[in-house]
Amino acid sequence: MGAWELTRAEAEDFLYDEADLLDGWDLEAWLALCTDDVVYEVPATGMPDGSPGTSLFLIHDDRFMLESRIKRLLSRNAHAENPRSRTRRLITNVRVAPVGSNGGGPEAEVRASFHVIRFRDDAMHHYVGRYTYRLRQVDGRLRIAHRRAALDADSLRHSGGKVSILL
Amino acid sequence: MEFWSTLVVMEQPFIVDDPSTNTFRVNRRAMVDPEVLAAERANIFDRTWLYLGHESEVAKPGDYVSRTLGGRALVLCRDLDGKVQVWLNTCTHRGATVCRETKGHGRFLTCFYHAWSFDLAGNLASLPDAEAYGPGFDRAALALKAPPRVDIYRGFVFVSYNPAVIPLVDHLAEARDYLDLVCEQSDTTMAILPGTQEYSIEANWKLLVENSIDGYHAMSTHATYMDYLITAMRKAAEAMGEPLAPPSLSGHARDLGNGHAVIEYTAPWARPTARWAPPLSPDLRAALDARRAELAERYGEARAQRICETSRNLLVFPNLIVNDIMAVTVRSFEPVTPGLMHVRAWELAPVGEPGSLHEVRLDNFLTFLGPGGLATPDDVEALECCQRGFTSWRELPWSDISRGMAQERPGITDELQMRVFWRRWNQMIGGDPASASGGGETEVRLRAVGGGR
Repeated sequence: MGAWELTRAEAEDFLYDEADLLDGWDLEAWLALCTDDVVYEVPATGMPDGSPGTSLFLIHDDRFMLESRIKRLLSRNAHAENPRSRTRRLITNVRVAPVGSNGGGPEAEVRASFHVIRFRDDAMHHYVGRYTYRLRQVDGRLRIAHRRAALDADSLRHSGGKVSILL
Repeated sequence: MEFWSTLVVMEQPFIVDDPSTNTFRVNRRAMVDPEVLAAERANIFDRTWLYLGHESEVAKPGDYVSRTLGGRALVLCRDLDGKVQVWLNTCTHRGATVCRETKGHGRFLTCFYHAWSFDLAGNLASLPDAEAYGPGFDRAALALKAPPRVDIYRGFVFVSYNPAVIPLVDHLAEARDYLDLVCEQSDTTMAILPGTQEYSIEANWKLLVENSIDGYHAMSTHATYMDYLITAMRKAAEAMGEPLAPPSLSGHARDLGNGHAVIEYTAPWARPTARWAPPLSPDLRAALDARRAELAERYGEARAQRICETSRNLLVFPNLIVNDIMAVTVRSFEPVTPGLMHVRAWELAPVGEPGSLHEVRLDNFLTFLGPGGLATPDDVEALECCQRGFTSWRELPWSDISRGMAQERPGITDELQMRVFWRRWNQMIGGDPASASGGGETEVRLRAVGGGR
């Protein structure tokens, strides 16, 4: 296991490709980057270090819920995203730390800063915060095992009052 | 001061309430006019009881939270004797806020400007160079000031800026029974979990009142949530070899007095206290059934059936929603401008709930509720679309809220519950002096003068 080390450049390439898929609404392709035991979570504002088993979050998805979220977003009935917003993800301050191994393969923790800007109805909404990933190597490819987007704002009042996109 | 006096001479009433033709309309001006908001502040938010927070948010002596209510900065805290206190968040010296954190713990609230320091019971504990004030200095008169009225019902802390407001228990009227039903889920106490969903909606605050108790929009607006729920239930039922009952929402709306209203209904979703249904794991079934039996033993079968199996969306006029559905959310809101409200939502849960059920509760909550759930973002969108539609209020002044008026017993997809709110609103906005009490069907037709078109 010790032989595998994720470089920062590899992590950055992965995050940039991922951002392209999300900005391009290619959500099925993005979902294919996730492991079967993926967890995607967004803590409540003001509690970036909260735990989803004991405190209120905004999002805590397992694979089934994430699939449902994407199915919903790609339908015509996700009214908050119909018509779809346009987004641009700026990702920076990327750092990598190896965290050992899960049964499914070796893993690394990746942290990054994000600024997701969402445009819709001539309004501009900002989501600023920190990503914490656990990326797992599965059959030689990187997969998302855990993905937390923790917002820095005190509230969603600068973010259109909601998290209707995948952060 | 008396804003209502200018409003009562309006050409049109705000409400048309005509049972003879089953017509109920609301004038959209009520959602866009700054004068109306000024009248709401003076005649509603300054006059009735407002929900501030829950005592569990300040569970330990020394805990405090700060928030704005009715436009005033307040501190909710628990003093070192264990008493829940509410203070105006302003120094009695020169006015700066004494609490600048949204949440914290300590022995004192200190104004950093001149370093006046108050204990959580409000006393002015210390100030630099106190002797300079001389012998007549009345330290007791400079204690923190409380809002005129503060009272607590089963942990729910309410504030009124009206010293002559009726007692809280009278104000709550029949809404008390519904708060009781929520509290009876726990043998010990119900508590707000850590974490607040803080958001905003670019729409008039009254639209969130309507939306929070509106059963009619569930199947249309929330089709994607229903699709998720049914898929999850079907998948789980098939895996267990269980038949899946056809999902439905059915129940009734009730007028609870004083502008409070509820819809109470059966729904397909599981409830952690205590209704087992797919997609909950079969392992949890025994625990939920046992809990259900305990509550039947304690409260009788009929009450236990309501505590455990029925869902309810409760409005406590004017600013509290308690939706006891697949989890319990407590939601409060505050107008900022006619077209903007701030919203806070919390999760209420039994203290000491077993871990596995508690996790189910937390995840259940997030499927539907909150600005990251599968449903709430579309509610935000719906309300903002209404507000944009109201730009033509002069040309198309009336919204229709008459659904179910002809029904003997209106159902949850009818609009009785909204009419209850609007009648009370109309009564208070008109400056009716009786509006600090009462509020039944007969007296609320004061302004039902037909007209309009």
